[in-house]
Amino acid sequence: MPEPSARMGRRTVLAASAATLAAPWVARAQSNPIKIGIQSIFSGPIALLGVSSRGAIQPEVDRINAAGGLLGRQIQPIYRDSKGKPQEAARVARELVNTDGCEILLDAEASSGAFAVQEVVRDLGVLCVHSNSETSSLTADPKLRVATAFRCARQGVHDAIVGGAHSAKVADAKKLVKWATCSPDYAFGRDTTAQFLDFLKHFRPDTQVTTQAWPKLGQPDFTEVITKIIQAKPQALYSALYAGDLSAFINQGNVYALFGAMETFIPAMGDLPVLTTVKSLPPGIQSANRYLPTFPDTKENRAWYEAYRKANNNDYPTNWSWENATAVRFIEAAVKKAGSTDGKKASAALAGLTIDSPFSNSGKVTMRAEDHTLIDYAIGWGTTIPKPPFVTGIEPADWGQITELETEWKKKSGYL
Amino acid sequence: MDLDALIGCVTSASCVVTQTTSGLIVGMLLFLVAAGLTLIFGVLKIVNFAHGTFYMLGAYLAYTVFAVTGSYVLGVLGGGLGMAVFGVIFERFLISRVYGANVLMQLLICYAVVLICDDLVKIVWGPDFYAMGMPPAFQVPPLFIAGGVVPPFYLVLISAALVIGGALGLGLGLTRMGKIIRAAAVNPDMVSALGINTTLLYSLVFAVGGMLAGLAGGLAAPVRSLTPGMGFSVLIESFIVTVIGGMGSIAGALIAAVVLGLIRSFGTIGFPLFTDGLMYIAMIIILVVKPSGLFGKEIV
Repeated sequence: MPEPSARMGRRTVLAASAATLAAPWVARAQSNPIKIGIQSIFSGPIALLGVSSRGAIQPEVDRINAAGGLLGRQIQPIYRDSKGKPQEAARVARELVNTDGCEILLDAEASSGAFAVQEVVRDLGVLCVHSNSETSSLTADPKLRVATAFRCARQGVHDAIVGGAHSAKVADAKKLVKWATCSPDYAFGRDTTAQFLDFLKHFRPDTQVTTQAWPKLGQPDFTEVITKIIQAKPQALYSALYAGDLSAFINQGNVYALFGAMETFIPAMGDLPVLTTVKSLPPGIQSANRYLPTFPDTKENRAWYEAYRKANNNDYPTNWSWENATAVRFIEAAVKKAGSTDGKKASAALAGLTIDSPFSNSGKVTMRAEDHTLIDYAIGWGTTIPKPPFVTGIEPADWGQITELETEWKKKSGYL
Repeated sequence: MDLDALIGCVTSASCVVTQTTSGLIVGMLLFLVAAGLTLIFGVLKIVNFAHGTFYMLGAYLAYTVFAVTGSYVLGVLGGGLGMAVFGVIFERFLISRVYGANVLMQLLICYAVVLICDDLVKIVWGPDFYAMGMPPAFQVPPLFIAGGVVPPFYLVLISAALVIGGALGLGLGLTRMGKIIRAAAVNPDMVSALGINTTLLYSLVFAVGGMLAGLAGGLAAPVRSLTPGMGFSVLIESFIVTVIGGMGSIAGALIAAVVLGLIRSFGTIGFPLFTDGLMYIAMIIILVVKPSGLFGKEIV
């Protein structure tokens, strides 16, 4: 009978042999990264969308990789430019999965592209997180919803509810009845404006809309739009313009002293690239937060803001930045929970998941299970001042009210 | 369609003043860009699809010069002169290679320059949008004339565009060089046979055309957003202006630009959902009634 030490030796040898035989497989698994396909708009007039999304995604990926990766595998992001064309977005999404071998899609497209990608995801069955599309129907409409697709972005209807409630409060105080609107002439601008007015009228049924202007997206000159608003003599103005168009509108409106003549409500004003670019920011504009380092006013949010700027040549983060940072964190948490990148398993893990977040007043955000959309993120309205922090007195929205009115809106829209 | 609003506007002095000023400012800036486009076409028969890029680069240059010097005038001049130099380089190294070639070749070269320049702007200035901001001298409240709102800065812009346009018209009409340019537009071979350096002449035309676009970009920079690709929308409207005014006609470009500005300005009140459509309808009517444009028979 062999000595115990000899038996141990043989077992050790066997184990070592097995390990040696298995080594290439283990090494291959570890060297086989999890490829995440990330598509966005990296060229053209709204390249800032893609650039500021990537600026938030990459540090999150680097953090995960530095900590050993996900399920023991490094994450390899593969970025692709859809140039803002829906058909290109669909083609790129398919290529990322079928050709590049991506196991997960992080779709950082604008809404037009996101709807196209949604149909590709329906076909491919991979886990997909839309990180920039705010158009409510993407996840609210059950006919459009996809089992493995989620929205990790603010939602138009949420902004409309909060905007409507806040604006009605200001209208009550200042007795504002006559309203004008000025929003970009495409689906987002029209839907957002209609939703805002719906909720404003819900809270203030005496609201009258005296004129509506619909400038084209990227229109260089807003002069005729501004003078048209002046002619209508409204008491209040709502605008869904954003980014460069909003900056031009503000600068051109200043020339006509537009913002001193009426109370102005611009949800997209509270985004740092706009606030820091507009040289003569009019005081007193009512604005929602898009991304602000002071809302929520926490050290976690401030730390993320500083880290973003350090990682991105001192550029400012945008609304798209926090949405994409959150999307990566949700993907990380879901894959860890599921122990797999499989579309069905990861989706089951992601639905209803709550994670810690610096972008929430409660410190946590949730991916709502029933409609696969983000809730509990920081949302509120304040007033602009022409110097940092640019937007002050921000009142956080009541998520209980948002959920209640959103449900009513879904019923009215035939989504429930 | 809101005809009541339109009638209400044209019968109200304040509305007429406000909307007319608004139309003039839109039109005059458009004229500066379109004048360069039509000048280049008139002389060289080149449809410069890269002309919007000249406008964009002019605006970015003006922004940079303004940021460094704090002088709006230097910024505008920087944008104009920079684009004059760029126009010469563009003509000498690229477009001159396809003189007389298929228009498709010219289109491809121009389009390549547009894409390259858009990317270069992103590399140099970044993908963010920029705003020059209103120069301190113009940060004044608007004037009220007959109840209408008239921003002083826009009066300056309209005046500047008129001066530039006038200088261009006088230069082409009265100076020797202007006469040579007009002659070259009619019969370049004859001009060349007379011993005039047409190569230099063509470069000069591109320099002037580029300068006009650059000046327009610089003049508009305080109130418009600077983004990569911003030249495209201006290019489309400039083409409409040159088609309506007559390809190659500076006077036609001026009239057409002002008409388009007024169509936009009053159209947005009476036809708020069809303002762009009105511009195209005007273009179609002109093309049907007078295919050469309002002043199409004039060479320059």
